[in-house]
Amino acid sequence: MPVSKFVGARIKRREDPRLLRGLGQYVDDINLPNALHVAILRSPYAHARIKSIDANDARQHPGVVAVVTGSEIKDQIGLLPVSGGNPTLRIPKHYVLAVDKVCYAGEGVAAVVAEDRYAARDALDLIRVEYESLPVVSDPEKALAAGSPVIHSEWPDNVAFRSDLKHGNLTKAFKEADKIVKQRLVHQRLAPIAIEARGVLARYLSDQKELTVWSSTQIPHMLKGHLSQMLKLPETQVRVIAPEVGGGFGSKLNVYAEEGLLGHLAVKLNRPVKWTEGRTENIQATIHGRGQVGEVEAAVKKDGTILGLRYKVIADIGAYHQLFTPAIPPFTGLMLSGCYKIPAISIELTAVFTNKMSTDAYRGAGRPEATYVIERMIDRVAQELRIDPVKVRKKNFPKPAEFPFETATGLAYDSGNYELALNKALKIAGYEKLRRDQRKLRSQGRYLGIGLSTYVEICAMGPKGMWEYGSVRVEATGKVTVLSGASPHGQGQKTSFAQIVADQLGIGLDDITVIHGDTASVPKGIGTFGSRATAVGGIAIYQSAEKVKEKARELASHLLEVDPDDLNFSEGRFSVKGVPKKGLTIQQIAQQARAAKNLPKKIDPELSAESMFEPSNFTFPFGTHICVVEVEPETGQIEIKKYVAVDDCGKVINPLLVDGQIQGGIVQGLGQAMFEEVIYDENGQLLTGSLMDYAVPRAADLPRLNLTRTETPTPVNPLGIKGIGEAGTIGSTPAIVNAVVDALAPLGITHIDMPLTPQKIWSLGQAAKPAAFGGRR
Amino acid sequence: MIPAAFDYIAPRTLEEAVRALADHGEEAKLLAGGHSLLPLMKLRLAHPKVLVDISKLSGLSGIRQEGETISIGALATHYQVGSSVLLGKKCPLLPRTAQVIGDVQVRNRGTIGGSLVHADPAADWPAAILALRGKLKLSGPNGDRWLAAEEFFLAPMTTAIEPTEILTEIRLPVSSQRCGSAYQKMAQQASGFALVGVAVWLRLSRSRILEEIGVGVTGLGEKPFRAQVVEERLRGNKLSPKLIEEAAFQVAEGHDPMEDLHASAKFRAHLAQIYTSRAIREALKRN
Repeated sequence: MPVSKFVGARIKRREDPRLLRGLGQYVDDINLPNALHVAILRSPYAHARIKSIDANDARQHPGVVAVVTGSEIKDQIGLLPVSGGNPTLRIPKHYVLAVDKVCYAGEGVAAVVAEDRYAARDALDLIRVEYESLPVVSDPEKALAAGSPVIHSEWPDNVAFRSDLKHGNLTKAFKEADKIVKQRLVHQRLAPIAIEARGVLARYLSDQKELTVWSSTQIPHMLKGHLSQMLKLPETQVRVIAPEVGGGFGSKLNVYAEEGLLGHLAVKLNRPVKWTEGRTENIQATIHGRGQVGEVEAAVKKDGTILGLRYKVIADIGAYHQLFTPAIPPFTGLMLSGCYKIPAISIELTAVFTNKMSTDAYRGAGRPEATYVIERMIDRVAQELRIDPVKVRKKNFPKPAEFPFETATGLAYDSGNYELALNKALKIAGYEKLRRDQRKLRSQGRYLGIGLSTYVEICAMGPKGMWEYGSVRVEATGKVTVLSGASPHGQGQKTSFAQIVADQLGIGLDDITVIHGDTASVPKGIGTFGSRATAVGGIAIYQSAEKVKEKARELASHLLEVDPDDLNFSEGRFSVKGVPKKGLTIQQIAQQARAAKNLPKKIDPELSAESMFEPSNFTFPFGTHICVVEVEPETGQIEIKKYVAVDDCGKVINPLLVDGQIQGGIVQGLGQAMFEEVIYDENGQLLTGSLMDYAVPRAADLPRLNLTRTETPTPVNPLGIKGIGEAGTIGSTPAIVNAVVDALAPLGITHIDMPLTPQKIWSLGQAAKPAAFGGRR
Repeated sequence: MIPAAFDYIAPRTLEEAVRALADHGEEAKLLAGGHSLLPLMKLRLAHPKVLVDISKLSGLSGIRQEGETISIGALATHYQVGSSVLLGKKCPLLPRTAQVIGDVQVRNRGTIGGSLVHADPAADWPAAILALRGKLKLSGPNGDRWLAAEEFFLAPMTTAIEPTEILTEIRLPVSSQRCGSAYQKMAQQASGFALVGVAVWLRLSRSRILEEIGVGVTGLGEKPFRAQVVEERLRGNKLSPKLIEEAAFQVAEGHDPMEDLHASAKFRAHLAQIYTSRAIREALKRN
């Protein structure tokens, strides 16, 4: 391999000059002549029978072209797809528009198609729906209780599926334990809130029988397959384009009702149709994340050794499954042992239907929950045993020589050096001094807290079917076209993929164009999620570039009439060993290949190659986050005084992009720890339906982040890269909560459920030790 | 997020604007910065038939001193108030309040008059204007009338303004060297509005006796109010930490604290006590 010039360099995102000047083309920016606009009438009830729908007035409204209801179209569009092979899985019929019954507030009931979006919206108010309200259950624990309202009559227990995982002798572990530490933990529901909400534009060319769907999606190729099934069109007649996509965080790793509906309407009306989601719709009808509540029990020895872990957890599914809903909670079980040697483990997972929007993948998708469970428990154990939480962690880490490390949950962690990252973070944070400061401030009645999170996560999805496609083609002009089946939507892979190719072929970044997101340009692909685009998709491109180089060597050998082994390759040029002036550049070779005047036998007249890479295992990035807070018990406010993160995602293609992913990830994890929660009341009404009530973190809320890395390559792929899209979110949340609980430990507080709002902290503290909390009573 | 249809009028003079309001009555709404009205229209919580855009009227955004009085045009943006050098010297409570309203975008577009007339019970301006005993000029078909800030706020989103009137000017006393002021709030994390906000303006005698004080409270009750109990307790006294705390403790007396998703009544009442005490202490420091 030549010396890398680009891989490992802090190259600025090639995407940004366009995006920062507002030149990005998102779905809503695409205007097709003669297009119609769609508005969706959504149920105000969380659970109700639809007795009748009268759309006559709406149909008469000026500009309205059509109104459709669920019962009218149910035989023309297939159900929304669900993936998952769990034998206990129960899949309720999920129509694109509700038929007979609605099961959550915000479920689509009818759609208006009109000449402009104003007419479409006005006509919604003219549709009269007669509902018969039904009893509602919005709390997942209550949904499992006897006598709960039943959401889908086929399954009176409201259970969506179960998944159990057991390994080792748990009875023995609990018997031999010096202490058993128990804790109830709640992972509140979160809304992903991509800056660009969803949007769909669909056009049918009847003469060519081609349906094109522009969607703000992370998975154009998967969506194409599902749409062809839902709409009963051959795959060859469906094209999906993900144009510029303004963030997804997992929320666009899905197939939504509106995508199927607009495809159907475009064909039926034979005119382009467009729908742009509003922010309230985005919180009502785009998937939520997290939504788990569980009881943990840890069996530990006096010295902090963990013997066993038991977790009984309820996952709040919502009313229906979306595409990967059943796949997410089991990830929590798989990753439950975190970065520790825990010989005996048991997870009992019950997924339950509630009258709410579905949960599904949200940045981290199951791993933040697992990390929060184990990292909170490590701190709980340390607090109970009066041992420094650093010691408990080090006590239970596997050593670097123990990798690949097999967990009780059945995974093989690829590579890791957990203590190295922890020690580095401790040193940067000045841990010993922080503890001394803490003691001093405590004696002055101030509440300083230090929180650690030593996380490991699973990414680069993955083995067993989750390949990715990539190709590299040197054009006759010498410019290079790279195609990827990944579908970046903010991650910056137009930059990092080009870096990989530039080094391989010895050319400049400006000569490389990366294309993704259009099923007509990229023949196959899976998409961007699970921190896989670079660690799987990037490898497919790397392999293709290698093949191109080998083919170029073969051609050079033919053209220069020397043995391939007598060629040197450097700076994009093959030269004859000992005769450096005699040689050909990659571009010259590509030209000759296209000209096809002098080619070896059985060689195609093109310098190109494609690959589909499927990794043999997942990768397991890890690291240590340390958060230092000061809590003001009088008002319940938290000030983050210091934040240190040492992350290890293996080899790094572009440190600038990695920093960006870590920063964004930490911010979203901080959002969960401190601000965010999707709240439904007991009638299933969404109380946080706008950004005036749902608090996402903003720039002014953020601390300065001190970011650095260790580098432990993975053996799973030739570049040694692990993936970094979700690590920040996974690592940060427990560090912040641990810090706040540590701050308030002198008050006897051992746990606070997220989000850590001022009111919660104030009332807990007041209950614990009123005198310390100012004010008078 | 798509508003219902409406007509749009952009009068060239104040008289034309007043006439437009008279012509359209309750169906008309004034548009200034649009930061309260437009979101309500997009959510279809407000359906005005006619928008009367006064944002381009001249002469309604000036900030000036007239003798012992500060005059602020109702169309002055939060940013203009927050960055005014004159106010920084002569009425610093206003810029201190302006600087913690919403975010940069809101401050650049939103106007002081628009916020006061909208009368959100958790808005920041009312606290400061009440503490300063501001006077509001309402211009209508029969000429101008002046109202004290305390007479202006009636209920959530409801003021004493008539549908045909336009708030055109706010007048406040110049703060002398012996005056001090502060605005302290805890923001609702999502909206930036005040869970509770307390503005304090005070004047000391040469011997540091409290001659006059105004305490304006927002976010706590269903309308912003002047905490007269606190003011009376302190007026005429030397302010000791103990006295401040005792007075602040009474801030919520006679008021029903609001309760919502973001804060319980109990927490709001507690915050009002804490922030009243802090605002008074800070005002003393900034004297």
